[in-house]
Amino acid sequence: MEKVDYNYGVVKKFTMATIFWGIVGFAAGIFIALQMVFPDLNIEPYLSFGRLRPLHTSAVIFAFGGNALFATSYYVVQRTCGVRLYGDKLADFTFWGYQLFIVIAALGYVLGVTQSKEYAQPEWYADIWLTIVWVAYLVVYLMTCIKRKVPHLYVANWFYLAFIITVAVLHLGNALALPVDITGAKSYSAFAGVQSAMIQWWYAHNAVGFFLTAGFLGMMYYFVPKQANRPIYSYRLSIVHFWSLIFIYMWAGPHHLHYTSLPDWAQTLGMTFSIMLWMPSWGGMINGVMTLSGAWHKLRQDPVLQFMIVALAFYGMSTFEGPLMSIRAVNALSHYTDWTIGHVHSGALGWVGFISFGALYHLVPKLWGREKLYSAKLVSLHLWIATLGIVLYITAMWVSGIMQGLMWRSYDDLGFLEYSFVESVMAMKPFYIIRVLGGVLYLLGALVMVYNFWKTIRGDVNEKEQNLAAQGAAA
Amino acid sequence: MSWHSHEKLEKNALLLLGFVIVTVLIGGIVEIVPLFRQETVIEPVEGVRPYTPLELVGQNIYIRENCAACHSQQIRPLRDEVVRYGHYSLAAESMYDHPFLWGSKRTGPDLARVGGKYSDEWQVAHLKEPRDLVPESIMPSYEFLLHRGAKLHDLKQHLATLKTLGVPYTQEMVDNASKDAAAQAAGEARTDVSGLLSRYGDKVNARDFDGQPYMVSEMDALVAYLQALGTMVDFEAAKDVEEIGNPGAM
Repeated sequence: MEKVDYNYGVVKKFTMATIFWGIVGFAAGIFIALQMVFPDLNIEPYLSFGRLRPLHTSAVIFAFGGNALFATSYYVVQRTCGVRLYGDKLADFTFWGYQLFIVIAALGYVLGVTQSKEYAQPEWYADIWLTIVWVAYLVVYLMTCIKRKVPHLYVANWFYLAFIITVAVLHLGNALALPVDITGAKSYSAFAGVQSAMIQWWYAHNAVGFFLTAGFLGMMYYFVPKQANRPIYSYRLSIVHFWSLIFIYMWAGPHHLHYTSLPDWAQTLGMTFSIMLWMPSWGGMINGVMTLSGAWHKLRQDPVLQFMIVALAFYGMSTFEGPLMSIRAVNALSHYTDWTIGHVHSGALGWVGFISFGALYHLVPKLWGREKLYSAKLVSLHLWIATLGIVLYITAMWVSGIMQGLMWRSYDDLGFLEYSFVESVMAMKPFYIIRVLGGVLYLLGALVMVYNFWKTIRGDVNEKEQNLAAQGAAA
Repeated sequence: MSWHSHEKLEKNALLLLGFVIVTVLIGGIVEIVPLFRQETVIEPVEGVRPYTPLELVGQNIYIRENCAACHSQQIRPLRDEVVRYGHYSLAAESMYDHPFLWGSKRTGPDLARVGGKYSDEWQVAHLKEPRDLVPESIMPSYEFLLHRGAKLHDLKQHLATLKTLGVPYTQEMVDNASKDAAAQAAGEARTDVSGLLSRYGDKVNARDFDGQPYMVSEMDALVAYLQALGTMVDFEAAKDVEEIGNPGAM
């Protein structure tokens, strides 16, 4: 086969942006976690918790996660279709356009320009800009698929394609709004009350389902088999779990609205489909982990592969926890508490973060034409620091969340509520400190990765590890 | 099922895209469309009215500062919540919120019925420095709201926009928006509030909220909004509504 001139330039840019926004997003998370321990760290009006929280969530989901999806999808679609990426200029436009969107959105939060809908805070003008960029993304991706040299579209592309088109649908549906004045930032959502709540959580739950799941499953379907040098475990399983996952996810939104003014039938539908969702989710995990079947020894030797497999373990854990929390009786306790925050972070730090780190470790040497990473030991160090950080984070949130839920519903002998609200706030403090610690470890791990990449890209050779490898070979 | 039939999709990107779109649309259509068609989704409740222009300014400050990140406005029909916060939330009570502000996290307490629970002085002092009143509080302080004038001049456009979206503001309400906001923050003692009360009802709180009679501050607007929250429905007088309007309870 003739050598294809792949467009690695744009992939490199997105890779750099992923790393940069990752550090920004993790640091912002630590800062707002600190604000919950030391409220004096709120610097009003611009840097208050209320304004910074969306900055953190957008930075990690849309800036870190989004750039990681752009980078890997552009890489994967070229490699699996055997052609250069469609439209060099258009692809470059998606890069600069997307970074511009991130900056516009972030500035808005700090200045108080927000729709205040979770994970959909940017105002109407930013939403329109994002729509333009996203359509360009779809065109680049789809046209590359269409002009492919291989007969079949590899499964990773199904997931990426589903992610791109569904995010477009969700964004357009949820963002419908009427600006007060075409020269002003403020708009009013087209929907109110119950309808607004249902549409928002249809959007937000599937931002999780398609942005943070389907997209990253696309990543998993390419990079796990590639790193393990094994074919994917089951082709049939990938078909079954792909279609069931994208179908069922879209019904699960109402589990965010249990016991609210949303009609009961919608809540019950949401709960039922959330429980069903457990199966296709685990289908993906099994397909990923079992790819190592017959080659388990590789897991012992390769820390990059370890990252990916730990990511799948966290994916399996949080996609079990999610259906559990969607059961009404469990939700009565868990909703409104830190348990939800812990759940999100086991998925975000463990699954999304780790599968991205794994993919980045695979990508960087390839993109910059290095034989291998500067240091495999540093990858291992990153893995263990970050895993410890996640464990501290989620256990702290389990304890504080369940404690909150129990304190709120606790009665004394006379049948009065036992605790005032602020007593539950006081009880959280030690766990909020542990959470900060977990976040700091996670950021430290990421900084180790940055150092490793910097050395790798510079082309430095790690003499020590080189010598060790040579000795091993000689022995 | 023959696995070979899936080949058609794997070999045709556009066909695959089409199948994906249809697959993902079904769930949303089934769950969302009926909410716009069923009369039972929002049971009509007496007393619920659109926000006054000043309360609307307050709500927009609530949105701008993202108060919903830590405060919910949705009381569930669970024993402890009803004891702690009051009657569970009815769908009608948020029907004019564009968008809804139910929230998803209670780092601080629920605010759906905070209206009338505390005095204006308490609200202002607490927003100014929460730890002066609740030493263990971790809420940011919002003293700057006292020094910022509330933006009232463009309220006509705001009400007109909401009217387009279906909020039942009358043309009279739209035309008098800025005047009504100023009147509500001045109060009966200093101005004629009869126009405001005739348009929005006698229960509207019209007074100087922030203790700074010389200006209409953002604090005035936010406190006016908070003091209205959850107070529109008279639950004592509407016991019969309660019996039929109990969709969330189990």
